[in-house]
Amino acid sequence: MTTIEALRTGEPAQQTGPPTPRLTWRQKLSQWDFRFSPYLYFLPFFLAFLLVGVYPMAYSGYLSFFSWPRYGADHGPGVGFANYAHVLTDPVFHKAFWNTIGIFLLSSVPQVLIATVIAGMLDTPLRGRTWWRMSVLLPFVVAPAATALIFGSLFADKSGLVNEIIRAVGLPGVSWHSDRFASWTAIATMVNYRWTGYNTLIILAAMQAVPRQLYEAAALDGASRVRQFLHVTLPSIRPTMFFVIVTATIGGMQIFTEPRLFDTNLQFQGGANYQYQTLTMYVFNTSNSGTDPYPRAAAATWLIVLLIIGIALLQFLVTRHLQRRAER
Amino acid sequence: MRHSTTPRKAAVGVALALVAGTMAACGGDSEASQASLGKDDVLTITTFSDFGYDALIEQWNADPDRPFSVKMTKIADWDPWKQTMTQALQAGDGLTDVVAIEGDAMPQFLTDGASEQFADLTDPSLDDRWVEYAYENAQTADGKQVAYPTDAGPEGFCYRADLFEKAGLPSDREEVKAVFESWDSYFAAGEQLTEELPETKWFDSSGAIAQAMLNQTQFPFQTEDNTVEVNNPELQNVWETVTSKVDTLSPRVVQWEDDWEAGFANDGFATIPCPGWMFSNVKSAAPDVEGWDFVDAFPGGGGNWGGSYLAVPMQSEHQEEAKELANWLTDTEQQLAAFEAAGNYPANVGAQEALAEENITDPYFNDAPTAKILANRAAAVEPGHPYKGDKYSDILGLFLTAIQRVDEGISPDESWATFEQAVESLS
Repeated sequence: MTTIEALRTGEPAQQTGPPTPRLTWRQKLSQWDFRFSPYLYFLPFFLAFLLVGVYPMAYSGYLSFFSWPRYGADHGPGVGFANYAHVLTDPVFHKAFWNTIGIFLLSSVPQVLIATVIAGMLDTPLRGRTWWRMSVLLPFVVAPAATALIFGSLFADKSGLVNEIIRAVGLPGVSWHSDRFASWTAIATMVNYRWTGYNTLIILAAMQAVPRQLYEAAALDGASRVRQFLHVTLPSIRPTMFFVIVTATIGGMQIFTEPRLFDTNLQFQGGANYQYQTLTMYVFNTSNSGTDPYPRAAAATWLIVLLIIGIALLQFLVTRHLQRRAER
Repeated sequence: MRHSTTPRKAAVGVALALVAGTMAACGGDSEASQASLGKDDVLTITTFSDFGYDALIEQWNADPDRPFSVKMTKIADWDPWKQTMTQALQAGDGLTDVVAIEGDAMPQFLTDGASEQFADLTDPSLDDRWVEYAYENAQTADGKQVAYPTDAGPEGFCYRADLFEKAGLPSDREEVKAVFESWDSYFAAGEQLTEELPETKWFDSSGAIAQAMLNQTQFPFQTEDNTVEVNNPELQNVWETVTSKVDTLSPRVVQWEDDWEAGFANDGFATIPCPGWMFSNVKSAAPDVEGWDFVDAFPGGGGNWGGSYLAVPMQSEHQEEAKELANWLTDTEQQLAAFEAAGNYPANVGAQEALAEENITDPYFNDAPTAKILANRAAAVEPGHPYKGDKYSDILGLFLTAIQRVDEGISPDESWATFEQAVESLS
């Protein structure tokens, strides 16, 4: 029996020592301190989490089954699943769903790929390594509102820099705000600008933990740097990649600031034709509309929660499948 | 936004809780002095855009005889302020002592449930202070005065005399009236100008023209008993007229956005419907352009675009003082000062008369007698047009968005179907 197992089962690790004397009050106190105070240190977080995390979620779930008068301060009579039915049959919700998926794919996929490649490059013995590593995080420090404003003017339809360049080459300018795919691309660009460096550093940290002997062995076997990257680095950082992909997914489902500030529509409904309204924008706008604002928004929120859980599960299954296949 | 991990969420939550706590504490402080405000106490007011009140409030605070001082918060745009205000009304907490409300949204604050959230400002001595329709627009059916009118929005047209001349159109302020005689003559002149000057469009945005035409209809969105009815000939006429001009006369930009603003200075368009409050926008967007002028005519008669109100929410703990401030700000002297500061044409009758007598001219608009023209335009406004039901502001937003879709290349039929769908889900 190892020590760890002994600790877990509560048996004394050493059976053969002299009988322990009765503990004094002080000793008991110090033992309790050792055993219980860590939980006390944690407690404030869980209390705060209960208050601002769990309670609002539970309450919004409750609320989603009621009606709400426009200027009332409290909910009206219950309506069963009517709010869910409204959201699920709302064509705007369907659009928001596909917009979110589209923007998510256009941002997360290139983001993770580019971050991995940059991390791989930063993992090599560079001159001024720390400087390079710091600088990839720079965009992350820029406030998202500032990012959105800058990119908003870069992607302005008539007077924006991007279109000026495109026209200078002789191509027709792109309607960044009215074309659905173009607007997704513009928004995804902002997201990528901000988050690629952040993911790079996480992946880099994982890469640093790969034992250097593996590379030495691979080099001795004559593997090129690219081969080393593909066959040593990538398999070794798989758990971290999984973490990065899941957090990117959750983030992707919650995109709000970028499309909201990119919006030129006076109603802020994500473009005149809802072409880039995301799910979180849908929730926000619904909570400002005239009929049953909060219950409908709450219903939409819970649908998004289910969606995120579903996607995370799917990713988990796919990753596990890949992992098993790799191990075989 | 993205990647927000749970601890961070919690931290934000704690921060919010702290802020909320501090605010609640502030509320508690003022509660102690609820009886009356002392010299050191502050009454708060929120306005949006530019009401022209900065100097007035400085003046109030500098006056040693005033019983309390005033602090104003200015929000840039109406739409976000409408959202904030609506939420604060529902929460029953968080509003300033006086709040500004945009005219198109006034009807929805008069409905049952909403009007109870505002103090009754009825004061028989003020009955004749304002233009009647503006005053009554802030009254509930049973006669409760929810708000005091500040400005009104009688509109003329601002136009580029230099571009008119280049295109062979009459450009003199008197002769050009013929162009703005009717919508037909107006659009016909537009065809001529855009043919002569292909880089320039005729009006500033489809939305502005749609608003101008809407303001001349009687029941655009709702019938008199507030039934939503958007399939009526009046609205169809506005829709078909405006969307049919998109290809030739519209610059296809959204009002208030960067591209729209650029159009003032770079010959992007030649005309724009101009209520008094639009002057400051024209001047700030094109400070160096010489050629902007202001005509004393409006296609199809008159029109009123905008106009705002001051109200006192029930949640204010100093309703008497708030009423006093709203009263003072909407009085003749102060309304005249606001007109000079921001160009907002007063709804106050005395101020309107004073402006007509003073014959103020504006050097920016080629010395046009702006006050006199606005007075004429105000006289041409047909009261009660359009009828604004409880959902007017909401449907108007959807309608303008529908027009924006056509500007962006969606077919009018498809855009109309989306509009109808959106209106349906309002109920």
